Amino acid sequence: MKNLISLSAASLLALSALTGASGAAETAAAHHEIVRQPWSFAGFKGQFDRAQLQRGFQVYKEVCAACHGLKRVYFRNLAEPGGPVFPEEAVRELAASWPNQIPEMNDQGEIAGKGGELFKRPAKLSDPILGPYLNDRQARAAQNGALPPDLSVIAKARGVHREVHWAIHPFLMLGDILQGYQEGGPDYLYALLTGYTEPPADVTVGEGMSFNTAFPGHQLAMPPPLSDGSITYQDGTKPTVDNYARDVSAFLAWAADPSLDQRKRIGWVVMLYLLVTTVLLYFGKRRIWSKLH
Amino acid sequence: MSGHSSSYEPTSRWGKWWDERLPIMRMMHGQFVEFPTPRNLNYLWTFGGILMLCLVAQIVTGVVLAMHYQPSDVAAFDAIEHIRRNVNYGWMIRNFHAVGASMFFIAVYIHIFRGLYYGSYKAPREILWILGVVILLLMMATAFMGYVLPWGQMSFWGATVITNLFSALDTVWSGLGTAIVEWLWGGYSVSGVTLNRFFSLHYLLPFVLTGVVILHVWALHITGQNNPDGLDLKQPSDSVPMHPYATAKDFVGMFAFLILFAWFVFFLPDYLGHPDNYTEANPLVTPPHIVPEWYFLPFYAILRAFTGSFLGIPLGGFAKLMGVIAMFGSILVLVFAPWLDTSRVRSAKYRPIFKWAFWVFAFTCLALGYLGSLPAEGVYVFWAQIFTVIYFAFFLIAMPIIGLIETPKPLPRSITDAVLGSGAAAKA
Ligand code: HEC
Ligand code: HEM
Repeated sequence: MKNLISLSAASLLALSALTGASGAAETAAAHHEIVRQPWSFAGFKGQFDRAQLQRGFQVYKEVCAACHGLKRVYFRNLAEPGGPVFPEEAVRELAASWPNQIPEMNDQGEIAGKGGELFKRPAKLSDPILGPYLNDRQARAAQNGALPPDLSVIAKARGVHREVHWAIHPFLMLGDILQGYQEGGPDYLYALLTGYTEPPADVTVGEGMSFNTAFPGHQLAMPPPLSDGSITYQDGTKPTVDNYARDVSAFLAWAADPSLDQRKRIGWVVMLYLLVTTVLLYFGKRRIWSKLH
Repeated sequence: MSGHSSSYEPTSRWGKWWDERLPIMRMMHGQFVEFPTPRNLNYLWTFGGILMLCLVAQIVTGVVLAMHYQPSDVAAFDAIEHIRRNVNYGWMIRNFHAVGASMFFIAVYIHIFRGLYYGSYKAPREILWILGVVILLLMMATAFMGYVLPWGQMSFWGATVITNLFSALDTVWSGLGTAIVEWLWGGYSVSGVTLNRFFSLHYLLPFVLTGVVILHVWALHITGQNNPDGLDLKQPSDSVPMHPYATAKDFVGMFAFLILFAWFVFFLPDYLGHPDNYTEANPLVTPPHIVPEWYFLPFYAILRAFTGSFLGIPLGGFAKLMGVIAMFGSILVLVFAPWLDTSRVRSAKYRPIFKWAFWVFAFTCLALGYLGSLPAEGVYVFWAQIFTVIYFAFFLIAMPIIGLIETPKPLPRSITDAVLGSGAAAKA
């Protein structure tokens, strides 16, 4: 046992030396810790803020939609409970005027005209929210070889990796589990959108690339999409990059998990039911067993 | 099933008619109502019932998912999103199934450690124990193939890494490993063909598993349950009828477990998964860190502990093969536990040295799990090697030797004595 203790002490030293070394490499690239944000939908209690989702959609529509699709979200979802809940009529009009129309066969069963251009029709409520590109090839051709990913599940497809000492790792994990922390995706998105800075002196940024503190590797092909005042909010929220980033990240969190509100609400009822039943069963069991002693 | 007779008497004419033709109610009554259970069982003995619940839950949710799922490389990822977004309560069924797999493993690991601590693997329960190891292997195969079905990046690359393990056999017989891998894939890489066969097997194996579970329970009802004191049932006062005593306790255990289960289903559905699996599989982009699901991490750590050398011993071209052998060996070694353990005493409660070895082993498994989640480089490899040695030493060295050198604490004369204190047996 004594050996084991000294072994683990040695490992502690070795590990901290190692994390120390990687930390040094990171600071060279101006790494900053991705900070957890106070999302309205955070933890086991949180729910989406409808006004925020509406603003977030506005940011998506006016900025991100120029390059990114949202193909797993349907226009009708924008009017459904638990989301931005725009009036259905407004969404119908939005769909009809959405610039990226729906490819469709004509009556002869042809998909394209003589010149090869696809036949298209305006979107309906039941159609997906398409981006500007028909496929990845077209997207790369338009974006200097970079691929702007579809944003439908991006909030679930990204997370935050924490470098922590192994000995505190289990406690942090337990803390996250008890809080119901699942917002690594939006935390990352917010950090990404607000993470554009001047590169440190020792870093040369590639042609057509931008420096970003949150992006792995710190250089990405997406130019800073947001700037103060570029979008006019209707509800008096300050038109800052910080707010845009926050709102669009919340919107993308909803896009990736449209049933979050309902899921948690059902969850509370289920937890209450299970807790009460467990307690009742426990006392029932005690009564049954008490006859034995 | 035998092992215990049944005092079942049908009361209705219909019951009598049935009983003369197929006495299934008689059997159920004997095995699951009157069946004698030791009166000293603690809550760790509720995990068998919890595992049954998990199995049924996986099958029920799985069958519903399969109604909406499409096992093809172009449609699978979309099918999961379709289930999450468009199928009524599809998100819930999907969460139950995905989280359910993890809960199944939490329960089975607790169940196995319970067995190791209280010596449930020892005579006369060897077959019961080995059937348990078969169940574990089937669960692992099922879960591994299930994880491929959503066809995300981790699905694809996890499948690639794990199936590729068989190529280590090339060092035994040139070309053998490659042939097996290509046969498993149905091509020259993991593809839609692989996905389709994995779906077929993922649907099949849970039913094979159910069959083995039935054998497991049968074997259990022949030998009877072990218990925290590791004593045999000697007198009627040592046991209570399964119903209502054990069943009442089982229900408490199950519902308490469901609290944990529901917490993850409703508040942390993606916590146990990997974000990369929300990116569709792409054979051209390898993720920076390929990690399996958490329940495979200790075994993954053992696999990767065999780099070019192991604790300074050069392995050369055999490193990969050794890793694969060690990984499979780490599960198969469980099969031999009944014969490796030389102690006559079952429960670690009365085994002062073995108790220590057990906790060191439990810590080792956690440490291996943690190391399995980290990249295989630097000191991590060194520690994975150390803990791999401890893992095997527990079975191959500690079990045989401790049994020989240890002086067990005095055992109570009977379970009744253990529960009520000695001398109580006379009163009871
Ligand atoms: C001018 C086109 C353009 C606009 C506008 C744009 N993006 Fe991007 N985006 C890209 C490109 C190109 C990439 C791929 C970058 C790479 O891989 O280097 C990208 C990548 C991303 C990524 C993935 C980063 C990662 O971790 O891999 C996210 C998230 C993202 N964009 C979000 C947004 C959001 C939110 C907006 C709106 C506020 C937006 N983008 C606006 C072009 C754009
Ligand atoms: C032993 C019981 C079972 C285990 C341990 C198990 C495990 C798993 C796992 C780990 C996944 C991946 C979850 C994810 O990340 O999404 C999965 C998916 C799936 N399983 Fe199972 N499963 C079991 C039984 C079944 C059965 C009986 C069926 C069908 C009859 C089934 C059908 C499916 C389907 C369709 C998927 C893909 C949907 C999805 O990924 O959510 N499973 N399973």
